[in-house]
Amino acid sequence: MNARDRTLVTLVAALVALLALGALLPPWQFLATVALAKGCAVLGLMLLLRTGLVSFGQGLYFCLGAYSAGSLGQFFGVTDALVLLTVGSLVAAVVAVVLGFLLANYRSIFFAMLSLALSMILYGLLVKSEALGSTDGFNVTPPTLAGSAISGHDGRFSLYALACVVAFAAALSLDRYFHTPLGRLAAAIRDNELRVEYMGASVRQAIHVKYVIACSLAGLGGALTGLTVGHIDPEMAYWTTSGEFVFVAILAGTGSVAAPFLGSVLFEIVRSVAYQHSPNTWQLALGTAMLLVIMFLPNGLWSMFATRGKAA
Amino acid sequence: MTVDPILEARALSKRFGAVVAAANINVAIENDSVVGLIGANGAGKTTFVNMITGYLKPDSGTVSFEGRDITALLPREVTRIGICRSFQIPQLYNSLTVRENLGIALGIVLRNSRTFLWARLPKRVPGHAGTLPEAAATMLERFGLTDHGDRLAGVLPEGIRKLLDIAMALVVKPKVLLLDEPTSGISSDEKFDIMDRVMRAVRADGVTVLFIEHDMDIVSRYAQRVMAFYEGRILADGLAAAVLADKEVRRYVIGGPQVRADEQAENADA
Repeated sequence: MNARDRTLVTLVAALVALLALGALLPPWQFLATVALAKGCAVLGLMLLLRTGLVSFGQGLYFCLGAYSAGSLGQFFGVTDALVLLTVGSLVAAVVAVVLGFLLANYRSIFFAMLSLALSMILYGLLVKSEALGSTDGFNVTPPTLAGSAISGHDGRFSLYALACVVAFAAALSLDRYFHTPLGRLAAAIRDNELRVEYMGASVRQAIHVKYVIACSLAGLGGALTGLTVGHIDPEMAYWTTSGEFVFVAILAGTGSVAAPFLGSVLFEIVRSVAYQHSPNTWQLALGTAMLLVIMFLPNGLWSMFATRGKAA
Repeated sequence: MTVDPILEARALSKRFGAVVAAANINVAIENDSVVGLIGANGAGKTTFVNMITGYLKPDSGTVSFEGRDITALLPREVTRIGICRSFQIPQLYNSLTVRENLGIALGIVLRNSRTFLWARLPKRVPGHAGTLPEAAATMLERFGLTDHGDRLAGVLPEGIRKLLDIAMALVVKPKVLLLDEPTSGISSDEKFDIMDRVMRAVRADGVTVLFIEHDMDIVSRYAQRVMAFYEGRILADGLAAAVLADKEVRRYVIGGPQVRADEQAENADA
C-alpha cells in the first residue's frame, strides 16, 4: 500500500470514527465542529510551513471567510450552508490572489510580519465599521442545508456531519495536491530556492499558488466557525487568532494532512478542560502541553503515528 | 568552413566595485564540443557561467544561444530553452531522498511541457523514456546512483552529491551543460571515475559541455578546447594541448611548483 492509499484509509477511518462519536456523544459535537473548522485553517498553514513559510496572519482570511458568510446571511438572506462555505473560501481566495503578489516576494520573518500586519489592518477596519457591529460583530443567521435547518438542538448533528465531510474533503484534496509536481515543489522551495529556479520553475509563482490555497482553506474554516458559533466578531482577525493557528500547526506537526485536525481537536479539548478547572490559569496548561510536545515530540504530535522515519 | 556557434558571448563586461570580473569577453562555442574553462580563483570563470545562465546581468555585452539574444532572460527561462548548469557546491534538496530530488526535477519538466494551466499532464516525461518514476530510475542507473536512491541527499558523500547535482541539471535534457568544478571536493582517486560517468551520460546525447576545472589532468583528458581566464580576460583560447602548453597560461593560470621549476630550468639554460 503506497502513501496515498494509506492516507485515504486513515482519512476514511477518521471520518467514520468522528461521525460515530458525534452520534453517540452529542455534547462532543460543538467542540469538535469548531475544532474541525479551525483545523481547515491550520491545514492551510501546514502547506505554507512545508514550503518553509510561517504566516502569522491567517486570521485575516479566517475572519474574511466568516464575515463573507455572515454578511450573506445577514444582508441577503442566503442561508444555505454549502453556498456560504463556498463564498467564504472564494472571497478569501480572491483577496489572497491580490495580496499574494506582494507577499510572494518575502520570506521568513518578513513574510510572517507582513502577513500579521495585513490581518491587523482588517481588524482595525472591522472595529471601525459600525454597519458590521464594530467590536461586537454580529449574529449569523442560522444556516440551512437543502432547505432544512442545521442549527439548534435537532439540526446540530447535521452541521457537525457537514464539518466532518468538509474537513475530510479538504484533507484529501490537499494530500492529492502534495502528490502533484507543483505540490512536491513545497519541500524543494523550503530546501533550495536557487535550484528550483535553475530547474526551470518559478518560485514566486509556486509560493503564490500555495498562499492562495492556504488562504482559501482559512476562509473555509472561518465560514464554518461562523455558522457553528452563530456569532462573529473582529477578534477572528486579531493576531492571537493567527497565533493560535501557528501554535496548533507546530503542536500537530506537518507529517500528514490528518495532523492539523488531530492537533486542533486536542487543542480545543485541552483548552476547554483547562478552562473548566482553572479559569484564571488555563493558558498555563496549554503552555505546558506545548513544552512537552517540543521536548518529547519535536516533529509534532503526528510523529507518534508516523510508521517509519524518512531516513529508514 | 565555419559552423554557426550554439552559444556566443559578445563583449561581455562585469565589474563588482573595483574588481573586474569580466572584461570584454568574446567567445563562440560550437555545437557538440567539450570546452574546459581554467583560471585561478577570481579569474572570472564562475562569473562567466553566471552571466550565461542569467543569474548575473552583464554591465555590457550580449549572450546569444542558437542565434537568439538571451542576455535578459532569467535562470529559469535560460533553463527552459536548453542551457543548464551544475554547481561548485551541490545545490540539492537536502531533506529529501536522491530519488525525490530527481522526481522534483522531472516534475518541473513535466509541468513546463504543458501548454495550458488546466491541461492534463502527459504520462511520459518529455525527453525521457517513460513515466516520472521510470525516468527517475533510469537517471539513477545512468549515474550509478541506484544504491543511493532512497538515502537523504543531505547526508551523502560529496562525490555522490556532485553526481546528483549534475544528474539534476541533465534531467531537463539541455543542449548546453555548464559544469562548475565537477570534481572539486572529491578525492583524487574518484575524480576520473566521476568524470567518466558524467561524460558518458552527457556525450551520449550530444550535449555541448563547458566545464570549469582546476585539475589539469582532468582538463587535458576531457576537454577538446580550453579557455584560460585571467583577471576577467581570456588569456588563451584554442585546442586543449596548445593552450595548456602556452607559456603565459602556464605562468599565470596553471602555476604551481612544477611550472616554477620548469621556468627556472629554462632561465638557467638561457
